[in-house]
Amino acid sequence: MSKRLIDLQHITKSYEGQTILDDLNLYIRENEFLTLLGPSGCGKTTTLRIIGGFETPDMGNVIFDGKNITSLAPNERQLNTVFQKYALFPHMSIAENIAFGLKIKKKSKAYIDDKIKYALKLVNLEGFEKRSVDSLSGGQQQRIAIARAIVNEPKVLLLDEPLGALDLKLRQDMQYELIRLKNELGITFIYVTHDQEEALTMSDTIVVMNQGYIQQIGTPEDIYNEPTNAFVADFIGESNIMDGIMIKDRLVNILDVNFPCVDEGFGNHVPVDVVIRPEDVELVDPESGMLEGDVTSLIFKGVHWEIEVLAHGFEWLVQTTQMHPVGSHVGIRVDPFNIQIMNKPESSDEKAVESDV
Amino acid sequence: MYNLKRQLLAGPYLLWMAGFILLPVIMILYYAFTTTSGHFTLLNISSIFASIHLKSLFLSLKLALICTGVCLLLSYPLAMILNKMKEKSQGFIVFIFILPMWMNFMLRILAWKLLLSNNGVINTLLEALGLPALDILNTPSAVVFCMVYDFLPFMILPIYNAMARIEDDILEAASDLGAGAVTVFFKIIVPLTMPGVISGITMVFVPALTSFAISDLLGGGKVLLIGNVIEQAFMQEYNWNLGSGLSLVLMIFVIASMALMSAKGEEGGAGVW
Amino acid sequence: MVKKSTERVYLALIFLFLYLPILVLIVLSFNDSKTRVQWGGFTLKWYQKLFSSGPIMEAFFTTLLISLASAVISTLLGMLAALGIDAMKKRNQAIMIGATNIPLLNADIVTGLSMMLLFVRFTQLGLTTVLIAHITFNIPYVILNVLPKLKQSSRTAYEAALDLGATPLYAFFKIIWPQICPGVFSGFLMAMTMSLDDFSITYFTKGAGINTLSTMIYTEMRKGIRPEMYALSTILFLLALVLLLFMNFGPSAHKDKNRN
Repeated sequence: MSKRLIDLQHITKSYEGQTILDDLNLYIRENEFLTLLGPSGCGKTTTLRIIGGFETPDMGNVIFDGKNITSLAPNERQLNTVFQKYALFPHMSIAENIAFGLKIKKKSKAYIDDKIKYALKLVNLEGFEKRSVDSLSGGQQQRIAIARAIVNEPKVLLLDEPLGALDLKLRQDMQYELIRLKNELGITFIYVTHDQEEALTMSDTIVVMNQGYIQQIGTPEDIYNEPTNAFVADFIGESNIMDGIMIKDRLVNILDVNFPCVDEGFGNHVPVDVVIRPEDVELVDPESGMLEGDVTSLIFKGVHWEIEVLAHGFEWLVQTTQMHPVGSHVGIRVDPFNIQIMNKPESSDEKAVESDV
Repeated sequence: MYNLKRQLLAGPYLLWMAGFILLPVIMILYYAFTTTSGHFTLLNISSIFASIHLKSLFLSLKLALICTGVCLLLSYPLAMILNKMKEKSQGFIVFIFILPMWMNFMLRILAWKLLLSNNGVINTLLEALGLPALDILNTPSAVVFCMVYDFLPFMILPIYNAMARIEDDILEAASDLGAGAVTVFFKIIVPLTMPGVISGITMVFVPALTSFAISDLLGGGKVLLIGNVIEQAFMQEYNWNLGSGLSLVLMIFVIASMALMSAKGEEGGAGVW
Repeated sequence: MVKKSTERVYLALIFLFLYLPILVLIVLSFNDSKTRVQWGGFTLKWYQKLFSSGPIMEAFFTTLLISLASAVISTLLGMLAALGIDAMKKRNQAIMIGATNIPLLNADIVTGLSMMLLFVRFTQLGLTTVLIAHITFNIPYVILNVLPKLKQSSRTAYEAALDLGATPLYAFFKIIWPQICPGVFSGFLMAMTMSLDDFSITYFTKGAGINTLSTMIYTEMRKGIRPEMYALSTILFLLALVLLLFMNFGPSAHKDKNRN
């Protein structure tokens, strides 16, 4: 594993009496593509701005490459930001925008020209040097904002919802582009987004945040398949989240039916949260199901059908390739491996889990 | 889209402009190029080179430049301070700074006359503090003082507006790329407020150059600006041809200074209104 | 911290510079003394004298009449002009807006004198000539206030109204008018204030015996100032304060008022 490049230690920040971040601890490894993911107001942008130097935490330290940079001004940090609304300088040409940071570092003209060429090529906008900012489309402006940041050879690139203003198709293209860039440059990316699909596609590590607390840190696969709590499960993809009681190891009671599962160590007769992904619910004949229900809605989604089944008072969300007409009586089965058991929130920082669910 | 019937609504305005803007200018042109008996002449124009006229033109230019410079120096930091204030109080404070502009023009001159006169408020205060009296009424300094007072808001507002329009993102991006406070100021803030500065300069320089009432009332007849020369030609000597000729010269200066300014600031988008 | 207090001091100095003259006028308006440097006790007699002075009251009503009438007429003409300009092609619009800007930036003295030359040639100077002159320099302010509102207003909403069977006139009053109303209103107020404040143009286009407050104060000041003028100043300052408060924080106060 590569070394820790940035260490956030006990970061606390509040505005006008409202706590945005509460004792946040996080480290970022060299060459990692790390995404801060969460709903608006979860503190992800504040975290990024603290790393970038635009905010100073009320408490805690930012350690960069072994040095404490908590109170260092943004212009003295070895990292660059790609802003949400690009923040290109409207009174400068594209070349002047890209050259801005290099001129401050007093690089030679030849070096700067080389760098501009290289950066424009990297973002697929060769020959745009002389163009003005407002002659560019949103996607192009975004590429220039990235080019302007990377010519400074930062150790870390901070990206604050950089694709938020683009339309869907362009956003998907840019996702691949960013992954390619990251691989070519070999630097650390810290990416902020509220779009879970974006996070799952691009990241090495995802940090799910809510209300100033980190909910889970893990690989995209971990986050999707094994959410640690109901908030993460609900925020990442669609889920059936139910109250359950852990009867004993490997047996959970949901909606008065006992389901075998694979989780252990929760204790006996303990209330838990249970998550079952819609694609993991199988619809079978009523007789062979673990419980029975009626189809209440049916929507064709292209790849699959999205079906809602009312069973034991709960609306089950099911994704399946088999059609079941509304009103039909069906049975529900879930494979033990696909039942995810989570502790109910107890401590104060886990309370944040509940409110958004 | 471009419906013709609706365009006709601008008709009355066009007629009005033709009658009361274009026609009067033609009248000035006519008088400027004729003698009292109606013959063509260039003497009215060339009389600007008479030493007394030239002197007042230069004095006007000088005072207008000083006034514009002082306004700019006072306004720029002020606009920056105002722009930095908290959102809530900002509207009110800007209001405070434009309120005096809405006081009748003549009364503002009156106030300065009271302040500056020999036994006026400022001198009484200075006397009470044991300081020497400030004897500037009826001098160009008094005229400049009052001009700055009168035209300052015309400088503050466009600069402030241009500054308020700079997004925080842009400033953060600059410091993110390594720019210190000084670089941010000269490379980002100054160029982006340039349209406001230019429009402020135009809006202060032109009225300062062409003013006659301030110099008339605070100059005590000793400060003769080009505006005063023109006014006297019309109202006292009834020499309309000479007055028109000099007006034309003044107009050329106004147009030239505006052209220069608009060439400097292609954008020019930050007006007061 | 030092920086912060420097800023405070700077603001205070400019504030003093702007308000000291006005304060002096207000204080003197209550001063019961012939000489203006000595405080002779509080009095309201200058206000009484002001209201019983025939010429001053006449000038006051003339000023009011001219500014109201010119504001109404220029608002009407300017609004129509803005609607017309808005329907023009881009290039023609630019030309029209450019032409509209010229009188705003031209020297007052030249505007006033050139109109005087015209009026003297074809008619006599009087109240009407002042009115025409004021309308002329007021129209551009109205246009420049209304046009941006028209640009912001939704064209599709107007077309939707027509599509739903509204006549153009009905659609105008139901759809366009509510959207440009704040602009028309602020244009009206601005025209009125410009008219109230004007001296140069009135000075050259007025007939003998007609005085607005500006021209009257001008004449007074050349003769020597009577204390009634201080009382007048105080009242006019308060009027300006009320008017501006109304414009800034009243019904039509929108954040976009500084857009050109």
